[in-house]
Amino acid sequence: MQHLWLIPTLPLIGFAVNGIFGKRFPKSTVSAVAVGSVVLSLLWAVKVLAALGSLDTPHVEQYFTWFQSGDLRFGFDLQVDRLTAVMLMVVTGIGTLIHIYAVGYMAHEGGYARFFAYMNLFMFFMLILVMAANYLLMFVGWEGVGLCSYLLIGFYFLKQSATNAGNKAFIVNRIGDFGFMLALFLIVIHFRSLEFSVVLPAVSGKPEETLNLIALLLLVGATGKSAQIPLFVWLPDAMEGPTPVSALIHAATMVTAGVYMVARSAPLYQAAPLAMEVVALVGLATAVFAATIGLLQNDIKRVFAYSTVSQLGYMFLAAGVGAFSAGIYHVMTHAFFKALLFLGAGSVIHALEGEQDIRHMGGLRKKIPVTYATLMCAGFAIAGFPFTSGYFSKDEILLAAHHHHPWMYWVGVVTAGMTAFYVFRCLFLTFFGDYRGHHHPHESPWVMTGPLAVLALLSLGGGFIKIPQYLQPVLPREETAHDLSLVVIASSAGLIGIALAYYLYVLKPALPDQLAQSFRGLYRLVYNKYFVDELYDAVFVRPTVTGSRTVLWRQVDVGVIDGIVNGVGAVARIAGGVLKLIQSGNIRSYATWVVFGSLFLIVAMGLLVVNTAAGGAR
Amino acid sequence: MPANLFPAPVEIFRFLPEIILALGGTLIMVLEALTGDRQPKNALGHVSLAALFAALVAAVAVHGSPGPAFSSMLLVDGFATFFRVVVIAVGILTVFSSYRYLSREGANTGEYYALVLFSVAGQGVMVTANELIMIFIGLEISSIATYVMAGLLRDDARANESALKYFLLGSFATAFLLYGIAFLYGATGTTNLTAIRETVLRADGPSPLLLGLAAALMLVGFGFKISSAPFQMWAPDVYQGAPTPVTAFMSAGPKAAAFAIFLRVFVTIFEPIGDRWEPIIWVFALASMTIGNFAALTQSNVKRMLAYSSIAHAGYVLVALCARSDIGTAAAMFYLAAYALMNVGAFAVVAYICGKGEKYVGIDDLAGLGSRRPAVAAALTIFLCSLIGVPLTGGFFGKFYIFKAALESKLIWLTVLGLLNSAVAAYYYLRMLVVMYMREPGEATENLEPLPAGLRTALFTSAAGVLLLGIFPSRILEFAVQSAKLFGR
Repeated sequence: MQHLWLIPTLPLIGFAVNGIFGKRFPKSTVSAVAVGSVVLSLLWAVKVLAALGSLDTPHVEQYFTWFQSGDLRFGFDLQVDRLTAVMLMVVTGIGTLIHIYAVGYMAHEGGYARFFAYMNLFMFFMLILVMAANYLLMFVGWEGVGLCSYLLIGFYFLKQSATNAGNKAFIVNRIGDFGFMLALFLIVIHFRSLEFSVVLPAVSGKPEETLNLIALLLLVGATGKSAQIPLFVWLPDAMEGPTPVSALIHAATMVTAGVYMVARSAPLYQAAPLAMEVVALVGLATAVFAATIGLLQNDIKRVFAYSTVSQLGYMFLAAGVGAFSAGIYHVMTHAFFKALLFLGAGSVIHALEGEQDIRHMGGLRKKIPVTYATLMCAGFAIAGFPFTSGYFSKDEILLAAHHHHPWMYWVGVVTAGMTAFYVFRCLFLTFFGDYRGHHHPHESPWVMTGPLAVLALLSLGGGFIKIPQYLQPVLPREETAHDLSLVVIASSAGLIGIALAYYLYVLKPALPDQLAQSFRGLYRLVYNKYFVDELYDAVFVRPTVTGSRTVLWRQVDVGVIDGIVNGVGAVARIAGGVLKLIQSGNIRSYATWVVFGSLFLIVAMGLLVVNTAAGGAR
Repeated sequence: MPANLFPAPVEIFRFLPEIILALGGTLIMVLEALTGDRQPKNALGHVSLAALFAALVAAVAVHGSPGPAFSSMLLVDGFATFFRVVVIAVGILTVFSSYRYLSREGANTGEYYALVLFSVAGQGVMVTANELIMIFIGLEISSIATYVMAGLLRDDARANESALKYFLLGSFATAFLLYGIAFLYGATGTTNLTAIRETVLRADGPSPLLLGLAAALMLVGFGFKISSAPFQMWAPDVYQGAPTPVTAFMSAGPKAAAFAIFLRVFVTIFEPIGDRWEPIIWVFALASMTIGNFAALTQSNVKRMLAYSSIAHAGYVLVALCARSDIGTAAAMFYLAAYALMNVGAFAVVAYICGKGEKYVGIDDLAGLGSRRPAVAAALTIFLCSLIGVPLTGGFFGKFYIFKAALESKLIWLTVLGLLNSAVAAYYYLRMLVVMYMREPGEATENLEPLPAGLRTALFTSAAGVLLLGIFPSRILEFAVQSAKLFGR
């Protein structure tokens, strides 16, 4: 027994303490509890991993049976294998840094205790998600992180847009979860279990259609959680939440849950070639699509949000072409540089007292030097600058894509170029040129810059942690010939992107506007995010609402009580008394309904009986 | 059959919970007459609680000696015990959440508590009945008491209207049920479920057409009582107009008992023609889920919204019935238990915040509950999460088990549509969460009285129960599975 349960339980205790007593605690106590619980969880995870050594076989701990029926057992079982180990380190490590940062960032915000309580609760569910030994417990974490994400997006609840964004995230994720649930049922029916250790080894004997179906339904779940086409629309709006939330939940950890789930189900996907192809295509399409939107956004957090969607697309591409370990590799490096980008953006926003529009920034290089330096590290990493962390993981993915279909590699390269361009466009507009705003920028306190520095080091050097080699026993990969020319092409795409951004936004700052003028139609299409939100609104949201209003509410739900309670002249109608109510026709119309319903029922039953009898006689 | 004039003591023992409840109710009526009008009637409420707790103990004790009673008119089996416990628990929670509400409305009379006991006794008869006439008698005892409870506030027009609608439409639907019973008796010459089943299974048994007709007529009655579409339209009006604790009660107890007899009748005697009624239940289930969820989307009144939500939940349970398997029956049982807890809990919160004359029953009136009464808000969050079907709550497991049973019975489309429905449903529950936590307190929550002890007990007991069913569902589920097997399938 390694007492794995302590890892998720420690943040849960933090949540309980801050949730119940937080209001009465001074801020320092709240911070100590919140950060302390996550640090302890990290330390315990390190201790466990050290004790477990090489982890050649998964270490499973069974705590109690959740429920059992016949041969079917669902347990509260946690497991650690190499894949979980990587995720554990990412979640607790990055989680610790972001919690520390948040102490500074949230210092002047209301709801301090509430914020940290939610953050700790999120950590609990996220750790359950990555440590679960079966799909059901994974689903518990999956739903739990969604709930916390919802609560934290809507944290600034006085802003209507924040509440809306939270709702949107929750609803879109429910659609994804619907796929996940269906997949769970199918797995239960075909495998009589939800344990990874039972289901995954058993895939070889199952028909391919079944596996394809299960894998595709799981993918529906993953597209919701990890913001892939067609369910990506919630993530950019989720940036309404406080910036540490964006960094922790909507960049480094929760949104990668879909990639983790696909990687965890790798044997299943490998036996489902159709689903694999779909995963790759969805990933690639999302990567390109989101990157083009990112080119023209002006809100610093939204740029990074679209970049997250795009980078998650890379991870799915990796999984889809069979390079699961490369996907997880990118999960880790992305966690480093994207958390850094968001925290750095938070530091900029903090310095400018809430300003998020990069058109009103500029020249901040000298005013907030630490933020500047660290953000540039993150920029180089995401652009795939040679020997930074992003360079290694992106190459791993692109080479695998080339091995699968060369055209996927080329699309990936173009996307890499765009990524470099828009990230550096954003950085140049923020830090170079002259300051265009009217605030008095000031550097953030050390609790914020400290984590930035650590993440900057990881963004630069984190690629040397060779995840694919480490994951080889769990997620085997095909050895692809290391084609140097492909690597050079991919890296140059990033360099060209950076250079182009430098040319357009530092050397010739007037040029972008002229270009926007000349390509007006295209500019507007991309600037408005291809009108996807409007499309979804017109096709799904509005018909549902108006349909419910007009058909169900007006036609079916015509209750008199509604009239009395809400209507004008209620008193007069009440005075009319009971008799009038009967005469108002509602009871009669209801009774008519009952009669029609019964007639329908009797006729239907009669027909069914006669038909079945005839069928039986034949 | 030659009936023994004096039933054996064990038979009386098997009827003990209902005896206790009926005597308790009568005692309260007498005590009510003996005490003056001016005296507070909380003591009578305590008496009803004592009777309910005694009945609960008796129900559990009676489970030790299962078997038939009174010439096989009643049957104590695991299924009966399960539902007895559920309906008695609903009664207990209702009484706890009624004290403050009644005294606020100046209607804290003994008769209310007596009616709760009578209604629960009727439900006890329903769930133990092994005989069509007993089913009918139980249903009427329970229903009539509930009609009166709905009209308890004599000066309130809404409550009167609600009671009258409930009564008229309820009687109408019960008439259909009675027709069905008559048909069945005509077809088989008996009203005993076991005997009917034997007749039905015989080669020279009644014609399927006659059986089908009886099933259709009985379905009207059952469909009404469980508020399944297309017989759902009374529910929103009645739930909205009735005093909130009564709404809580009738959305849980009578509904669970109605489902119990529905399940028992359809799973035992109509099982041989199961493939014929399955499509109808299929349509009922889908229609209930869809109408319930989509109509709930546009409501602004919490009680009316929860009424539509309860129609949708009836649809989920019908999915389990549609599965026509032991697992399905067990899933329905588990779901009803979870549903009873979460629904009573949610309505108890409404009873707390609604204020005198039920002034604050809009969704917007929940604004700021999160900051003003964090504990109440937390409890409501648990209920809502359970209604949505978030893991670690009873509602999740219930849904999980129901749809698993449905898929195992190859009801693929119903499962897909049902799950889509539950995705839609998340939206309107979420709206309450949003208002509660993300709005500044309004008039309703600014002036909240301290949480009364009775309500507190009801709230936290149901919240704990919902979590218990979500985290440790094992034993209850096992019990349900065992009990479901008792039907000779």
